[in-house]
Amino acid sequence: MVEARAKAPFRPSTGPTDDLLSELVAHLRENRTQLREEWARRITEGKLLTAMSPDEVFAEATAVYDNYLEALETGSIEALETYARNLSERIIPRGVETHEVVGIVLLLRDLLARSLFAKYRADFTQLNRVLDAYEPAANRIANTVAVGFVQERERIIRQQQEAIRELSTPVLPVRERLLILPMIGIIDPQRARQLTEQLLRGIRINRAKVVVIDITGVPAMDASVANHLVLTVEASRLLGATVIVTGLSPEIAQTLVNIGVELGKMNTVGDLQGGIEEAERLLGYRVLPIPEPPSEA
Amino acid sequence: MRDGARDLAEETVVPIKVDSDIVTARQQGRALASLVGFSATDATLIATAISELARNIVLYATRGEIALTAVENGGRPGVIVVARDKGPGIPDLRRATAGGYSTSGGLGLGLAGVRRLMDEFEIVSEVGTGTTVTARKWKQ
Amino acid sequence: MPVPILKQRDYLIASIQAALSDEDLRKLRQALVAQVGEFRSRGVIVDVTALDVMDSFAARTLRDLAHMSRLRGAETVIVGIQPEVAFAMVQLGLTLQGVTAALDLEEGLTYLNRKTRQRKRAK
Repeated sequence: MVEARAKAPFRPSTGPTDDLLSELVAHLRENRTQLREEWARRITEGKLLTAMSPDEVFAEATAVYDNYLEALETGSIEALETYARNLSERIIPRGVETHEVVGIVLLLRDLLARSLFAKYRADFTQLNRVLDAYEPAANRIANTVAVGFVQERERIIRQQQEAIRELSTPVLPVRERLLILPMIGIIDPQRARQLTEQLLRGIRINRAKVVVIDITGVPAMDASVANHLVLTVEASRLLGATVIVTGLSPEIAQTLVNIGVELGKMNTVGDLQGGIEEAERLLGYRVLPIPEPPSEA
Repeated sequence: MRDGARDLAEETVVPIKVDSDIVTARQQGRALASLVGFSATDATLIATAISELARNIVLYATRGEIALTAVENGGRPGVIVVARDKGPGIPDLRRATAGGYSTSGGLGLGLAGVRRLMDEFEIVSEVGTGTTVTARKWKQ
Repeated sequence: MPVPILKQRDYLIASIQAALSDEDLRKLRQALVAQVGEFRSRGVIVDVTALDVMDSFAARTLRDLAHMSRLRGAETVIVGIQPEVAFAMVQLGLTLQGVTAALDLEEGLTYLNRKTRQRKRAK
C-alpha cells in the first residue's frame, strides 16, 4: 500500500511565527547542555533504553537533541528522518522497543515545552504564540521519529520472515529425477510464491522429471493460493517436469473448480504414497520386493 | 504526484518506435531492477511487463516511450514503469484489462497479464488521444 | 543477428541468444520451417537457455513454429526455459499450450528420440 505523506515543511509562512520559532530555537540551543542532561536523566529514571549504557544514552540523546532543533529551525524533517532510520537500525537489534522510542521523544517534547513555559510565563499572550509555533512542529517531529522506527522494525521483521521461509520449505529429491514438495500449514500468497520459486530452481538443479506436491497438510487454500498452485504446475511443465498433486481435500478441490481449473486435466492422486507410486511409474521404475533368501536346509 | 514516494534517481526514458527498442527497454528495466535490489525473479517479471507494454506501443501506437524510475516509499525501494503513447487509445478499457486468474490462453493486449506481474497498475486511455500505463513494483 | 541452426541427422537445433528482436524471431521461425521441409527433419529443438524474457510475441512465435513444423512432419521441443522466465510466463498467462518443453538439450533429444521411435513403430 502506498502511504500518503505530505512533503511540505511544517513551518507556517507567516512572518511573526518564523521569528518566534527562531527565537525559541535560540533559547533551546542556549540551554542545550542543561536540557539535554535533564532529558538523559529522565530517560534513565523512566527505565527507558535499558538495553543501552548511560554513556550510549547520552551520546544518542545529544544527536537526537541536535537533530530535533535543526528540524524545528529549518522546517525540514529529511535529516531527522535519515537519522531516525539510522538510529532504529542500530538499536532494534539491541532489543529497544517502540514504546521506549516514542517515550523518549515525548519526554523531550515535554521537557522543551516546560522550558518555554518557564521563559515566557510572564506574558500569557506571548506564551500562547510561542506554543502555537512550537506544538505542531514538535508533534511532527515526534511522529517522524516514531514512524521511522516502526517502519524500520517492519523491514527487519520482513527480512526475518523471509529467512524463516527459506529454511522451512524443503524441496526433497527422493529418487533420481523425482522431487517431493510437502506443503504444510496455512500458505499465504508470499509463501506460495516462494515455494514456487524454490521448486522451479529445484527442478533445474536436480533435473527432475516428476514432482509430487503433497498438500495433505494444508487445511485450506484461498483462491489466489489455489491459482498459484495451478501456475506452479504450468511453470514446472515449462521446465519439462510433470506435477502430481496429492492430498487434495474436497474443500480445496472445490476451490480449484471455482477458479476455473479443470481437475480432470490436473494430475491428482489421493495420497502421497499413491503419488510416489504414480511418479515411479511415469519414470519407468517398478518397485519389487526383495525375494526371501532360501532358508537353511 | 507520486503519493509520497521519493525518487531515488533520474528518470530513464526509452523511446519506442521499432521492435529493437522493445529489447532496449526491457534490458534497461532489468538493469534498473537489479540496481534497486530486486531478486532475479522479480527483475524478470519487471522486464517481461516492460516488454509487453513496449510491444503494445509498437503494434498499436507506432511510437511512444517507456519511462523508468527507481523510487522509495517508506523505506521500501521499487520501480515505476510508465508507458506513454499518442496512439489510437483503447475503447473498452474494462475488457482490455479484464482477466482474473490466468486460465485463459488469450494474448490480446497482454494488459491483464502486466497487471498480474506488477504490484500496482493504472491505465488512462482516450480514443484518439493516446494511452498511458503506469505500473509499480515494490521490493519485498 | 541471425540465429545459427545446426543440423544433427534428423534434427534441427537452434540456440537463441538473449537480445533477440521480434524480427530476428520471425526470421528464425521462417528459416526453421523452411529447413524442416528441405531436410525432411523429424525434430526441431529450440534452446532458449539464454533468453531472459519470454513475452507474448515470443510465445506466439514458438507456438506457430511448433504448429507449422508439425504440419511438415517434425516434432518441436523448447528447451532451457529458465526458472524465473517460466515463472513470469505463467503469471502473464503464457503456458505454451500444445508445445512440448524439456529441461535442456539432452532431455530434448531424449524426448525426440522416443517420439521418433514411436512414430516409426506406428508406421
